[in-house]
Amino acid sequence: MELITANNIIFALLSVVVLGGGLLSVLTEKLMHAAFYLFLTLVGIAGLYLQMSYDFLAAAQLSVYAGGILMLFIFAIVLVHRIGENSEHVRIEKKVWAGIAALSGIALVLCTMFLFGNFSADASADQLVSNVNMELIGRTLLGTGKHQYLLPFEATGILLLACIIGALVIANKEKEDKE
Amino acid sequence: MIPVQFYLVISTLLFFIGVFGFISRKNLIGLLMSIELILNAVNINFVAFNRYLFPEQIEGYIYSLFVIVVAAAETAVAMAIIMNVYRKFGNETVKSIKELKN
Repeated sequence: MELITANNIIFALLSVVVLGGGLLSVLTEKLMHAAFYLFLTLVGIAGLYLQMSYDFLAAAQLSVYAGGILMLFIFAIVLVHRIGENSEHVRIEKKVWAGIAALSGIALVLCTMFLFGNFSADASADQLVSNVNMELIGRTLLGTGKHQYLLPFEATGILLLACIIGALVIANKEKEDKE
Repeated sequence: MIPVQFYLVISTLLFFIGVFGFISRKNLIGLLMSIELILNAVNINFVAFNRYLFPEQIEGYIYSLFVIVVAAAETAVAMAIIMNVYRKFGNETVKSIKELKN
């Protein structure tokens, strides 16, 4: 098997972007920088989805995460956080404990995966099925049969409505108190 | 085609990077960012398993779509709460939340 193919190089670059962005966004002291590194991570993950030829999911990731949620973060940082003032005086021992917890978790999961995991199914994935077509996604989301998801779809709609109303109510509490 | 283990390793590392951030950060917005990292790691797992084990079905695909939507909703509500905390206490660190108990 050839090691240096375009596919592998792209995957390596994407994984570096994803992990590096995540690590920097967690480690940096400034919140705005953290938001930008988070952007790198999200875009990299969208690239991973594209590489698995799931392009609608990549588009959703880009538009909802990188476009929507990240904007929300940046707005919140600008509105709430006093930029320049560093509110992150985390004690070093707390960071050490967090690092120990994270490293032990990584070790546990990776050991379990490689000692007891049985990854023989890879060969079947070699023939790339072409992109999942939109019709299948639409029918799966809006169908009522087996393996179709109309009810969760509607529940998501209700969740979004509740979330809009809830956010408005919570954010407006102060005014109500004054009246 | 990249072996599925690589995706799993990436998602494991990303998940625990998120856990590290969640433990070590003091800022509420920073905590929320760490949660986003964790959710994304889980999404990678769903999608990779879907793609490699059952390429003709799209269960994991749909599930990660739902996860994205729920994450958006959660972030919006959390932002509203953070605004409120900021208005009441003047900063947005975890310590100020303690006072909500009274």
